Amino acid sequence: MRKRFDIRVQPGFAMIAMFCFFLLYVPIFTLVVYAFNSGISIARWEGFSFRWFVAAWNNNLVIEAAIRSVQIAAIAAIIATAVATLAAIATTRTAGYRGLTFKYSFINMPLMVPEIVTAVALLILFSRIKVWTGYSGLGYLILAHTAFCIPFAYLPIRARLENMDLALERAAADLYATPFKVFRYITLPLLWPGILAGLMLAFVISLDDIVITEFVKSAGQETLPTYMLGQLRRAITPEMNAISTVFLLLSLAIVTIFFFLSRSNEKSD
Amino acid sequence: MTERARQAASAAQKKEITNRWLLSAPALVLIAVASVGPLLIVLLYSVLAPGSYGDVKWELSGQGWFNVFLSRDIFDDTISLADAHVMILWRSAKLAVITTVLCLIVGFPTAYFIASRAPHNRSIWLFLITIPFWTNMLIRGFAIQEMIRNEGLANTILMKLGIISTPIQMLYTDFAILLGMVYVHLPLMVLPLYASLEKLDFRLVEAGYDLYATRLKVLWRIIIPLVKPGIIAGSILVFIPALSSYVIPRILGGGKNLMVGNLIELQFGQGRNWPLGAALSITLVIIVLFAMLYYVKNAGKTGGGHA
Repeated sequence: MRKRFDIRVQPGFAMIAMFCFFLLYVPIFTLVVYAFNSGISIARWEGFSFRWFVAAWNNNLVIEAAIRSVQIAAIAAIIATAVATLAAIATTRTAGYRGLTFKYSFINMPLMVPEIVTAVALLILFSRIKVWTGYSGLGYLILAHTAFCIPFAYLPIRARLENMDLALERAAADLYATPFKVFRYITLPLLWPGILAGLMLAFVISLDDIVITEFVKSAGQETLPTYMLGQLRRAITPEMNAISTVFLLLSLAIVTIFFFLSRSNEKSD
Repeated sequence: MTERARQAASAAQKKEITNRWLLSAPALVLIAVASVGPLLIVLLYSVLAPGSYGDVKWELSGQGWFNVFLSRDIFDDTISLADAHVMILWRSAKLAVITTVLCLIVGFPTAYFIASRAPHNRSIWLFLITIPFWTNMLIRGFAIQEMIRNEGLANTILMKLGIISTPIQMLYTDFAILLGMVYVHLPLMVLPLYASLEKLDFRLVEAGYDLYATRLKVLWRIIIPLVKPGIIAGSILVFIPALSSYVIPRILGGGKNLMVGNLIELQFGQGRNWPLGAALSITLVIIVLFAMLYYVKNAGKTGGGHA
Protein backbone atom coordinates (compact mmCIF):
# COMPACT_ATOMS: atom_id res chain seq x y z
CA MET A 1 0.00 0.00 0.00
CA ARG A 2 1.30 3.41 -0.87
CA LYS A 3 1.82 5.85 1.95
CA ARG A 4 -0.43 8.91 1.95
CA PHE A 5 1.28 11.78 0.21
CA ASP A 6 2.19 14.37 2.85
CA ILE A 7 2.56 17.83 1.34
CA ARG A 8 4.53 19.06 4.35
CA VAL A 9 7.41 16.64 3.94
CA GLN A 10 10.60 17.65 2.19
CA PRO A 11 13.04 14.78 1.70
CA GLY A 12 16.09 14.92 3.94
CA PHE A 13 14.89 17.89 5.97
CA ALA A 14 14.06 15.87 9.07
CA MET A 15 17.51 14.30 8.91
CA ILE A 16 19.26 17.66 8.67
CA ALA A 17 17.10 18.92 11.54
CA MET A 18 18.15 15.96 13.69
CA PHE A 19 21.76 16.65 12.72
CA CYS A 20 21.23 20.26 13.81
CA PHE A 21 19.93 19.28 17.25
CA PHE A 22 22.74 16.73 17.52
CA LEU A 23 25.30 19.41 16.67
CA LEU A 24 23.77 21.82 19.20
CA TYR A 25 23.65 19.38 22.08
CA VAL A 26 26.59 16.97 21.80
CA PRO A 27 29.29 19.51 22.74
CA ILE A 28 27.30 20.84 25.70
CA PHE A 29 26.40 17.36 26.82
CA THR A 30 30.01 16.18 26.65
CA LEU A 31 31.09 19.21 28.62
CA VAL A 32 28.60 18.43 31.38
CA VAL A 33 29.54 14.75 31.49
CA TYR A 34 33.24 15.45 31.95
CA ALA A 35 32.47 17.79 34.83
CA PHE A 36 31.83 14.57 36.77
CA ASN A 37 35.11 12.95 35.75
CA SER A 38 37.16 11.79 38.70
CA GLY A 39 40.41 12.06 36.74
CA ILE A 40 42.30 15.23 35.90
CA SER A 41 41.75 14.89 32.18
CA ILE A 42 38.91 16.53 30.28
CA ALA A 43 39.14 13.90 27.56
CA ARG A 44 39.64 10.54 29.27
CA TRP A 45 36.86 9.21 31.49
CA GLU A 46 38.15 7.81 34.78
CA GLY A 47 35.04 7.41 36.85
CA PHE A 48 32.27 9.42 38.42
CA SER A 49 32.94 11.99 41.12
CA PHE A 50 31.93 15.41 42.38
CA ARG A 51 35.52 16.38 43.17
CA TRP A 52 35.66 19.17 40.59
CA PHE A 53 32.48 20.75 41.88
CA VAL A 54 34.04 20.69 45.33
CA ALA A 55 37.27 22.11 43.92
CA ALA A 56 35.38 24.96 42.25
CA TRP A 57 33.42 25.61 45.44
CA ASN A 58 36.67 25.86 47.40
CA ASN A 59 38.32 28.08 44.84
CA ASN A 60 38.07 31.61 46.23
CA LEU A 61 38.70 33.22 42.85
CA VAL A 62 35.74 31.38 41.35
CA ILE A 63 33.37 32.18 44.20
CA GLU A 64 34.43 35.83 44.27
CA ALA A 65 33.98 36.15 40.52
CA ALA A 66 30.59 34.43 40.68
CA ILE A 67 29.37 36.70 43.47
CA ARG A 68 30.60 39.76 41.58
CA SER A 69 28.84 38.55 38.42
CA VAL A 70 25.54 38.09 40.20
CA GLN A 71 25.91 41.42 42.00
CA ILE A 72 26.51 43.34 38.79
CA ALA A 73 23.79 41.47 36.92
CA ALA A 74 21.23 42.02 39.68
CA ILE A 75 21.86 45.75 40.04
CA ALA A 76 22.14 46.34 36.29
CA ALA A 77 19.03 44.30 35.52
CA ILE A 78 16.93 46.07 38.15
CA ILE A 79 17.96 49.57 37.03
CA ALA A 80 17.63 48.65 33.35
CA THR A 81 14.19 47.14 33.88
CA ALA A 82 12.99 50.14 35.88
CA VAL A 83 14.02 52.70 33.28
CA ALA A 84 12.90 50.42 30.44
CA THR A 85 9.45 50.15 32.01
CA LEU A 86 9.11 53.93 32.13
CA ALA A 87 10.41 54.21 28.59
CA ALA A 88 8.00 51.53 27.39
CA ILE A 89 5.06 53.35 28.95
CA ALA A 90 6.24 56.54 27.25
CA THR A 91 6.54 54.95 23.82
CA THR A 92 3.42 52.80 23.54
CA ARG A 93 -0.33 53.35 23.33
CA THR A 94 -0.08 56.75 21.72
CA ALA A 95 -1.31 58.18 18.47
CA GLY A 96 2.30 59.02 17.81
CA TYR A 97 4.21 62.20 18.44
CA ARG A 98 7.36 63.82 17.21
CA GLY A 99 10.46 61.99 18.33
CA LEU A 100 8.73 58.67 18.93
CA THR A 101 10.56 56.86 16.15
CA PHE A 102 13.79 58.45 17.29
CA LYS A 103 13.28 57.20 20.84
CA TYR A 104 12.43 53.74 19.64
CA SER A 105 15.52 53.41 17.48
CA PHE A 106 17.76 55.06 20.07
CA ILE A 107 16.70 52.58 22.75
CA ASN A 108 17.41 49.70 20.36
CA MET A 109 20.73 51.12 19.21
CA PRO A 110 22.91 49.13 21.66
CA LEU A 111 21.66 45.99 19.91
CA MET A 112 23.00 47.16 16.58
CA VAL A 113 26.48 48.39 17.45
CA PRO A 114 29.05 45.56 17.46
CA GLU A 115 29.91 44.75 21.05
CA ILE A 116 33.63 45.03 20.49
CA VAL A 117 33.16 48.63 19.31
CA THR A 118 31.09 49.58 22.36
CA ALA A 119 33.73 47.90 24.51
CA VAL A 120 36.52 49.93 22.95
CA ALA A 121 34.47 53.15 23.22
CA LEU A 122 33.82 52.54 26.92
CA LEU A 123 37.47 51.67 27.49
CA ILE A 124 38.48 55.08 26.12
CA LEU A 125 35.80 56.99 28.03
CA PHE A 126 36.18 55.23 31.37
CA SER A 127 39.97 55.24 31.35
CA ARG A 128 39.81 59.05 31.12
CA ILE A 129 37.21 59.29 33.87
CA LYS A 130 39.27 56.96 36.06
CA VAL A 131 42.24 59.27 35.74
CA TRP A 132 40.16 62.39 36.44
CA THR A 133 38.20 61.12 39.41
CA GLY A 134 40.44 58.41 40.82
CA TYR A 135 37.34 56.22 41.25
CA SER A 136 37.82 52.69 39.96
CA GLY A 137 35.02 50.73 41.62
CA LEU A 138 32.34 48.49 40.21
CA GLY A 139 30.31 51.54 39.11
CA TYR A 140 31.74 51.50 35.59
CA LEU A 141 30.79 47.87 35.02
CA ILE A 142 27.32 48.42 36.45
CA LEU A 143 26.79 51.50 34.28
CA ALA A 144 27.96 49.72 31.13
CA HIS A 145 25.85 46.64 31.86
CA THR A 146 22.78 48.72 32.63
CA ALA A 147 23.05 50.53 29.30
CA PHE A 148 23.26 47.42 27.13
CA CYS A 149 20.56 45.64 29.14
CA ILE A 150 17.96 48.36 28.57
CA PRO A 151 16.87 47.24 25.07
CA PHE A 152 16.57 43.63 26.25
CA ALA A 153 14.35 44.64 29.16
CA TYR A 154 12.43 47.06 26.97
CA LEU A 155 11.33 44.61 24.28
CA PRO A 156 9.15 42.21 26.34
CA ILE A 157 7.69 45.06 28.40
CA ARG A 158 6.77 46.98 25.29
CA ALA A 159 5.25 43.84 23.74
CA ARG A 160 3.10 43.33 26.82
CA LEU A 161 2.00 46.98 26.92
CA GLU A 162 0.98 47.02 23.30
CA ASN A 163 -1.53 44.28 24.02
CA MET A 164 -2.96 46.13 27.00
CA ASP A 165 -6.14 48.09 26.59
CA LEU A 166 -6.23 51.67 27.92
CA ALA A 167 -9.90 51.26 28.96
CA LEU A 168 -9.18 50.05 32.49
CA GLU A 169 -6.80 52.89 33.19
CA ARG A 170 -9.29 55.39 31.78
CA ALA A 171 -12.03 53.93 33.93
CA ALA A 172 -9.86 54.26 37.04
CA ALA A 173 -9.04 57.85 36.17
CA ASP A 174 -12.74 58.56 35.69
CA LEU A 175 -13.27 57.29 39.22
CA TYR A 176 -10.84 59.92 40.48
CA ALA A 177 -7.76 57.75 40.88
CA THR A 178 -4.62 59.90 40.80
CA PRO A 179 -2.17 59.11 37.98
CA PHE A 180 0.09 57.43 40.53
CA LYS A 181 -2.76 55.28 41.83
CA VAL A 182 -3.72 54.30 38.29
CA PHE A 183 -0.15 53.24 37.69
CA ARG A 184 0.22 51.43 41.01
CA TYR A 185 -3.10 49.57 41.05
CA ILE A 186 -3.96 49.11 37.37
CA THR A 187 -1.00 49.42 35.01
CA LEU A 188 1.65 47.78 37.16
CA PRO A 189 -0.24 44.58 38.06
CA LEU A 190 -1.29 44.07 34.43
CA LEU A 191 2.22 44.77 33.19
CA TRP A 192 3.95 42.60 35.80
CA PRO A 193 4.57 39.46 33.65
CA GLY A 194 6.21 41.66 31.01
CA ILE A 195 8.36 43.39 33.60
CA LEU A 196 9.49 40.07 35.08
CA ALA A 197 10.29 38.73 31.61
CA GLY A 198 12.33 41.86 30.92
CA LEU A 199 14.13 41.51 34.22
CA MET A 200 15.06 37.87 33.56
CA LEU A 201 16.28 38.66 30.08
CA ALA A 202 18.37 41.59 31.28
CA PHE A 203 19.82 39.49 34.11
CA VAL A 204 20.92 36.69 31.78
CA ILE A 205 22.34 39.12 29.23
CA SER A 206 24.38 40.87 31.90
CA LEU A 207 25.51 37.59 33.46
CA ASP A 208 26.71 36.32 30.08
CA ASP A 209 28.59 39.39 28.98
CA ILE A 210 32.26 38.93 28.21
CA VAL A 211 33.51 41.48 25.72
CA ILE A 212 32.39 44.73 27.34
CA THR A 213 33.30 43.46 30.82
CA GLU A 214 36.74 42.37 29.62
CA PHE A 215 37.49 45.89 28.40
CA VAL A 216 35.85 47.90 31.19
CA LYS A 217 36.93 45.96 34.29
CA SER A 218 39.72 47.26 36.47
CA ALA A 219 42.29 44.99 38.10
CA GLY A 220 40.68 42.52 40.48
CA GLN A 221 37.21 42.89 39.00
CA GLU A 222 36.90 39.55 37.27
CA THR A 223 33.39 38.33 36.60
CA LEU A 224 32.79 34.64 36.09
CA PRO A 225 32.97 34.85 32.26
CA THR A 226 36.16 36.92 32.23
CA TYR A 227 37.70 34.60 34.83
CA MET A 228 36.88 31.64 32.62
CA LEU A 229 38.25 33.39 29.55
CA GLY A 230 41.52 33.89 31.42
CA GLN A 231 41.63 30.23 32.46
CA LEU A 232 41.04 28.96 28.92
CA ARG A 233 44.57 29.96 28.01
CA ARG A 234 46.05 27.63 30.60
CA ALA A 235 45.95 23.90 31.04
CA ILE A 236 42.33 23.09 31.69
CA THR A 237 41.04 20.69 34.33
CA PRO A 238 37.45 19.45 34.68
CA GLU A 239 37.02 22.26 37.22
CA MET A 240 36.18 24.46 34.22
CA ASN A 241 33.55 21.92 33.20
CA ALA A 242 32.10 21.99 36.69
CA ILE A 243 31.90 25.80 36.72
CA SER A 244 30.37 25.76 33.23
CA THR A 245 27.81 23.18 34.30
CA VAL A 246 26.62 25.25 37.26
CA PHE A 247 26.53 28.38 35.10
CA LEU A 248 24.58 26.46 32.45
CA LEU A 249 22.01 25.25 34.96
CA LEU A 250 21.54 28.77 36.29
CA SER A 251 20.95 30.20 32.80
CA LEU A 252 18.68 27.30 31.98
CA ALA A 253 16.55 27.91 35.07
CA ILE A 254 16.17 31.60 34.28
CA VAL A 255 15.40 30.98 30.62
CA THR A 256 12.77 28.39 31.53
CA ILE A 257 11.03 30.90 33.79
CA PHE A 258 11.29 33.51 31.02
CA PHE A 259 9.82 31.02 28.55
CA PHE A 260 6.75 30.41 30.69
CA LEU A 261 6.36 34.09 31.50
CA SER A 262 6.33 35.10 27.85
CA ARG A 263 3.92 32.27 27.14
CA SER A 264 1.50 33.68 29.69
CA ASN A 265 2.16 37.03 28.00
CA GLU A 266 0.90 35.66 24.71
CA LYS A 267 -2.06 33.87 26.18
CA SER A 268 -3.48 36.89 27.95
CA ASP A 269 -4.13 38.95 24.84
CA MET B 1 -15.44 73.04 20.00
CA THR B 2 -14.96 76.47 21.49
CA GLU B 3 -11.65 78.22 21.31
CA ARG B 4 -11.07 77.65 25.02
CA ALA B 5 -11.79 73.96 24.86
CA ARG B 6 -9.42 73.63 21.95
CA GLN B 7 -6.72 75.45 23.88
CA ALA B 8 -7.26 73.25 26.90
CA ALA B 9 -7.07 70.14 24.73
CA SER B 10 -3.85 71.21 23.08
CA ALA B 11 -2.37 72.16 26.46
CA ALA B 12 -3.26 68.72 27.82
CA GLN B 13 -1.70 67.12 24.77
CA LYS B 14 1.46 69.15 25.20
CA LYS B 15 1.61 68.14 28.82
CA GLU B 16 1.23 64.50 27.89
CA ILE B 17 4.06 64.69 25.39
CA THR B 18 6.29 66.40 27.97
CA ASN B 19 5.41 63.64 30.42
CA ARG B 20 6.31 61.01 27.87
CA TRP B 21 9.70 62.62 27.31
CA LEU B 22 10.31 62.79 31.05
CA LEU B 23 9.42 59.13 31.45
CA SER B 24 11.79 58.00 28.73
CA ALA B 25 14.57 60.37 29.77
CA PRO B 26 16.40 58.02 32.19
CA ALA B 27 16.66 55.25 29.59
CA LEU B 28 17.75 57.64 26.86
CA VAL B 29 20.36 59.29 29.09
CA LEU B 30 21.82 55.97 30.25
CA ILE B 31 22.14 54.71 26.70
CA ALA B 32 23.59 58.01 25.54
CA VAL B 33 26.19 58.03 28.32
CA ALA B 34 27.29 54.40 28.33
CA SER B 35 26.50 52.96 24.94
CA VAL B 36 25.87 55.23 21.99
CA GLY B 37 27.55 58.46 23.11
CA PRO B 38 31.02 56.96 23.52
CA LEU B 39 30.94 56.01 19.83
CA LEU B 40 31.42 59.71 19.08
CA ILE B 41 34.64 59.58 21.10
CA VAL B 42 35.79 56.66 18.97
CA LEU B 43 35.02 58.72 15.87
CA LEU B 44 37.06 61.60 17.31
CA TYR B 45 39.96 59.32 18.26
CA SER B 46 40.11 57.94 14.75
CA VAL B 47 41.29 61.32 13.46
CA LEU B 48 43.89 61.98 16.17
CA ALA B 49 47.55 61.04 16.22
CA PRO B 50 48.68 57.97 18.16
CA GLY B 51 50.50 58.58 21.46
CA SER B 52 53.80 56.86 22.01
CA TYR B 53 52.55 54.66 24.85
CA GLY B 54 48.99 54.09 23.77
CA ASP B 55 46.22 56.68 24.03
CA VAL B 56 46.37 59.65 21.64
CA LYS B 57 48.09 62.98 21.09
CA TRP B 58 45.58 65.83 20.79
CA GLU B 59 46.35 66.80 17.22
CA LEU B 60 44.41 66.08 14.05
CA SER B 61 45.85 63.34 11.92
CA GLY B 62 44.66 61.13 9.10
CA GLN B 63 47.10 58.43 10.08
CA GLY B 64 44.55 56.16 11.72
CA TRP B 65 42.37 56.00 8.65
CA PHE B 66 45.41 55.90 6.37
CA ASN B 67 46.63 52.82 8.20
CA VAL B 68 43.37 50.96 7.80
CA PHE B 69 43.98 50.43 4.11
CA LEU B 70 47.49 51.62 3.37
CA SER B 71 50.90 51.42 4.91
CA ARG B 72 54.03 53.46 4.49
CA ASP B 73 57.29 51.59 4.25
CA ILE B 74 59.48 52.58 7.18
CA PHE B 75 62.63 52.59 5.03
CA ASP B 76 61.83 54.19 1.71
CA ASP B 77 58.43 55.82 2.43
CA THR B 78 56.70 54.02 -0.43
CA ILE B 79 52.97 53.64 0.08
CA SER B 80 51.37 50.26 -0.39
CA LEU B 81 48.22 48.43 0.54
CA ALA B 82 48.22 47.55 4.25
CA ASP B 83 48.17 43.85 3.47
CA ALA B 84 47.78 42.68 7.04
CA HIS B 85 44.76 44.88 7.82
CA VAL B 86 43.01 44.53 4.48
CA MET B 87 43.57 40.80 4.65
CA ILE B 88 42.02 40.50 8.09
CA LEU B 89 39.01 42.62 7.02
CA TRP B 90 38.62 40.42 3.95
CA ARG B 91 39.11 37.27 6.01
CA SER B 92 36.48 38.37 8.52
CA ALA B 93 33.99 39.12 5.76
CA LYS B 94 34.73 35.76 4.14
CA LEU B 95 34.34 33.80 7.37
CA ALA B 96 31.14 35.67 8.21
CA VAL B 97 29.65 34.92 4.78
CA ILE B 98 30.59 31.24 4.96
CA THR B 99 29.14 31.06 8.48
CA THR B 100 25.90 32.61 7.21
CA VAL B 101 25.63 30.17 4.30
CA LEU B 102 26.34 27.14 6.49
CA CYS B 103 23.80 28.34 9.07
CA LEU B 104 21.26 28.71 6.29
CA ILE B 105 21.95 25.22 4.93
CA VAL B 106 21.48 23.63 8.35
CA GLY B 107 18.99 26.14 9.72
CA PHE B 108 16.42 26.17 6.93
CA PRO B 109 15.56 22.45 7.07
CA THR B 110 15.54 22.66 10.86
CA ALA B 111 13.13 25.59 10.90
CA TYR B 112 11.00 23.86 8.29
CA PHE B 113 11.00 20.68 10.34
CA ILE B 114 9.80 22.58 13.43
CA ALA B 115 7.17 24.53 11.49
CA SER B 116 5.74 21.32 10.05
CA ARG B 117 5.27 19.67 13.48
CA ALA B 118 1.86 19.63 15.12
CA PRO B 119 1.23 23.08 16.68
CA HIS B 120 1.40 21.93 20.31
CA ASN B 121 4.77 20.24 19.73
CA ARG B 122 6.41 23.22 18.09
CA SER B 123 7.16 25.19 21.22
CA ILE B 124 9.16 22.30 22.67
CA TRP B 125 11.35 22.06 19.56
CA LEU B 126 11.73 25.84 19.59
CA PHE B 127 12.69 25.73 23.24
CA LEU B 128 15.40 23.20 22.34
CA ILE B 129 16.77 25.73 19.85
CA THR B 130 16.69 28.58 22.36
CA ILE B 131 18.51 26.78 25.19
CA PRO B 132 21.92 26.79 23.48
CA PHE B 133 21.23 30.35 22.41
CA TRP B 134 21.00 31.45 26.06
CA THR B 135 24.00 29.44 27.10
CA ASN B 136 27.00 31.63 27.68
CA MET B 137 29.01 32.09 24.47
CA LEU B 138 32.18 31.25 26.34
CA ILE B 139 30.79 27.95 27.55
CA ARG B 140 29.72 27.06 24.02
CA GLY B 141 33.14 27.99 22.68
CA PHE B 142 34.77 25.97 25.42
CA ALA B 143 32.51 23.00 24.61
CA ILE B 144 33.61 23.13 20.96
CA GLN B 145 37.22 23.44 22.08
CA GLU B 146 36.92 20.24 24.09
CA MET B 147 35.28 18.41 21.20
CA ILE B 148 37.95 19.14 18.64
CA ARG B 149 41.17 19.31 20.61
CA ASN B 150 43.75 16.69 19.69
CA GLU B 151 42.76 14.38 22.54
CA GLY B 152 39.10 15.41 22.28
CA LEU B 153 36.04 13.38 21.44
CA ALA B 154 36.09 14.00 17.67
CA ASN B 155 39.66 12.82 17.22
CA THR B 156 39.22 9.92 19.65
CA ILE B 157 36.22 8.61 17.75
CA LEU B 158 37.91 9.03 14.37
CA MET B 159 40.95 7.14 15.65
CA LYS B 160 38.90 4.36 17.24
CA LEU B 161 37.11 3.91 13.92
CA GLY B 162 40.48 3.63 12.27
CA ILE B 163 39.80 6.49 9.87
CA ILE B 164 42.89 8.34 11.03
CA SER B 165 45.96 7.13 12.87
CA THR B 166 47.17 10.40 14.37
CA PRO B 167 44.95 13.21 15.63
CA ILE B 168 44.08 15.92 13.13
CA GLN B 169 44.92 19.41 14.30
CA MET B 170 41.48 21.03 14.25
CA LEU B 171 41.72 23.44 17.15
CA TYR B 172 43.32 26.83 16.40
CA THR B 173 42.50 26.65 12.68
CA ASP B 174 39.99 28.40 10.44
CA PHE B 175 37.92 25.25 10.57
CA ALA B 176 37.62 25.65 14.34
CA ILE B 177 36.52 29.29 13.98
CA LEU B 178 33.92 28.35 11.39
CA LEU B 179 32.60 25.45 13.42
CA GLY B 180 32.39 27.65 16.51
CA MET B 181 30.68 30.49 14.67
CA VAL B 182 28.11 28.21 13.04
CA TYR B 183 27.49 26.58 16.40
CA VAL B 184 26.99 29.87 18.18
CA HIS B 185 24.88 31.60 15.52
CA LEU B 186 22.66 28.75 14.38
CA PRO B 187 19.71 29.69 16.65
CA LEU B 188 19.79 33.24 15.24
CA MET B 189 19.12 31.73 11.83
CA VAL B 190 16.51 29.19 12.88
CA LEU B 191 14.29 31.55 14.90
CA PRO B 192 13.45 34.14 12.19
CA LEU B 193 13.21 31.38 9.57
CA TYR B 194 10.75 29.57 11.77
CA ALA B 195 8.68 32.74 12.25
CA SER B 196 8.38 33.02 8.47
CA LEU B 197 7.76 29.34 7.81
CA GLU B 198 5.14 29.13 10.51
CA LYS B 199 2.99 31.58 8.55
CA LEU B 200 3.50 29.67 5.32
CA ASP B 201 0.17 28.94 3.65
CA PHE B 202 0.35 25.23 2.84
CA ARG B 203 -2.63 25.56 0.47
CA LEU B 204 -0.18 27.16 -1.96
CA VAL B 205 2.13 24.17 -1.57
CA GLU B 206 -0.79 21.85 -2.20
CA ALA B 207 -1.73 23.84 -5.30
CA GLY B 208 1.81 23.33 -6.56
CA TYR B 209 1.55 19.55 -6.14
CA ASP B 210 -1.87 19.55 -7.82
CA LEU B 211 -0.18 21.12 -10.81
CA TYR B 212 2.35 18.24 -10.90
CA ALA B 213 5.31 20.08 -9.39
CA THR B 214 8.01 17.87 -7.88
CA ARG B 215 9.04 18.27 -4.24
CA LEU B 216 12.16 20.11 -5.30
CA LYS B 217 10.20 22.45 -7.54
CA VAL B 218 7.70 23.21 -4.78
CA LEU B 219 10.56 23.99 -2.45
CA TRP B 220 12.41 26.12 -4.95
CA ARG B 221 9.54 27.92 -6.68
CA ILE B 222 6.94 28.21 -3.92
CA ILE B 223 8.29 27.80 -0.40
CA ILE B 224 11.59 29.65 -0.70
CA PRO B 225 10.14 32.72 -2.49
CA LEU B 226 7.38 32.92 0.13
CA VAL B 227 9.75 32.88 3.09
CA LYS B 228 12.42 35.06 1.49
CA PRO B 229 11.98 37.84 4.09
CA GLY B 230 12.74 35.29 6.79
CA ILE B 231 15.81 34.08 4.91
CA ILE B 232 17.10 37.63 4.60
CA ALA B 233 16.32 38.37 8.25
CA GLY B 234 18.13 35.26 9.46
CA SER B 235 21.11 35.83 7.19
CA ILE B 236 21.62 39.40 8.36
CA LEU B 237 21.08 38.46 11.99
CA VAL B 238 23.85 35.89 11.62
CA PHE B 239 26.15 37.93 9.40
CA ILE B 240 26.36 40.98 11.67
CA PRO B 241 27.48 39.29 14.90
CA ALA B 242 29.61 36.81 12.94
CA LEU B 243 31.51 39.64 11.28
CA SER B 244 32.20 41.29 14.61
CA SER B 245 33.01 38.07 16.47
CA TYR B 246 35.63 38.43 19.12
CA VAL B 247 35.30 35.65 21.66
CA ILE B 248 35.06 32.69 19.28
CA PRO B 249 38.14 33.51 17.17
CA ARG B 250 40.00 34.33 20.36
CA ILE B 251 39.44 30.95 22.00
CA LEU B 252 39.23 28.71 18.94
CA GLY B 253 41.48 30.50 16.48
CA GLY B 254 44.58 30.74 18.60
CA GLY B 255 46.98 33.63 18.25
CA LYS B 256 47.51 33.91 14.52
CA ASN B 257 44.04 33.36 13.11
CA LEU B 258 42.49 36.73 13.82
CA MET B 259 39.31 38.45 12.85
CA VAL B 260 38.66 42.18 12.76
CA GLY B 261 37.35 42.25 16.35
CA ASN B 262 40.64 40.86 17.60
CA LEU B 263 42.59 43.24 15.38
CA ILE B 264 40.74 46.13 17.03
CA GLU B 265 41.58 44.82 20.48
CA LEU B 266 45.22 44.43 19.47
CA GLN B 267 45.46 48.13 18.59
CA PHE B 268 44.30 49.08 22.08
CA GLY B 269 46.60 46.54 23.71
CA GLN B 270 50.03 45.59 22.43
CA GLY B 271 49.65 47.51 19.18
CA ARG B 272 49.36 50.81 21.02
CA ASN B 273 47.76 52.44 18.02
CA TRP B 274 44.47 53.76 19.33
CA PRO B 275 43.62 55.90 16.26
CA LEU B 276 43.99 52.86 14.00
CA GLY B 277 41.85 50.80 16.39
CA ALA B 278 39.25 53.58 16.40
CA ALA B 279 39.24 53.83 12.61
CA LEU B 280 38.84 50.06 12.31
CA SER B 281 35.94 50.22 14.79
CA ILE B 282 34.18 52.89 12.76
CA THR B 283 34.75 50.84 9.59
CA LEU B 284 33.09 47.88 11.28
CA VAL B 285 30.15 50.03 12.43
CA ILE B 286 29.66 51.36 8.89
CA ILE B 287 29.59 47.85 7.40
CA VAL B 288 27.11 46.73 10.06
CA LEU B 289 24.99 49.85 9.42
CA PHE B 290 24.71 49.04 5.72
CA ALA B 291 23.75 45.46 6.52
CA MET B 292 21.10 46.76 8.94
CA LEU B 293 19.70 49.15 6.32
CA TYR B 294 19.45 46.32 3.85
CA TYR B 295 17.72 44.26 6.51
CA VAL B 296 15.16 46.96 7.33
CA LYS B 297 14.43 47.49 3.65
CA ASN B 298 14.05 43.85 2.70
CA ALA B 299 13.10 41.85 5.75
CA GLY B 300 11.36 44.39 7.94
CA LYS B 301 8.33 45.19 5.83
CA THR B 302 6.64 41.80 5.76
CA GLY B 303 7.42 41.49 9.44
CA GLY B 304 9.69 38.48 8.82
CA GLY B 305 9.12 38.11 12.53
CA HIS B 306 12.53 37.98 14.13
CA ALA B 307 12.53 37.55 17.86
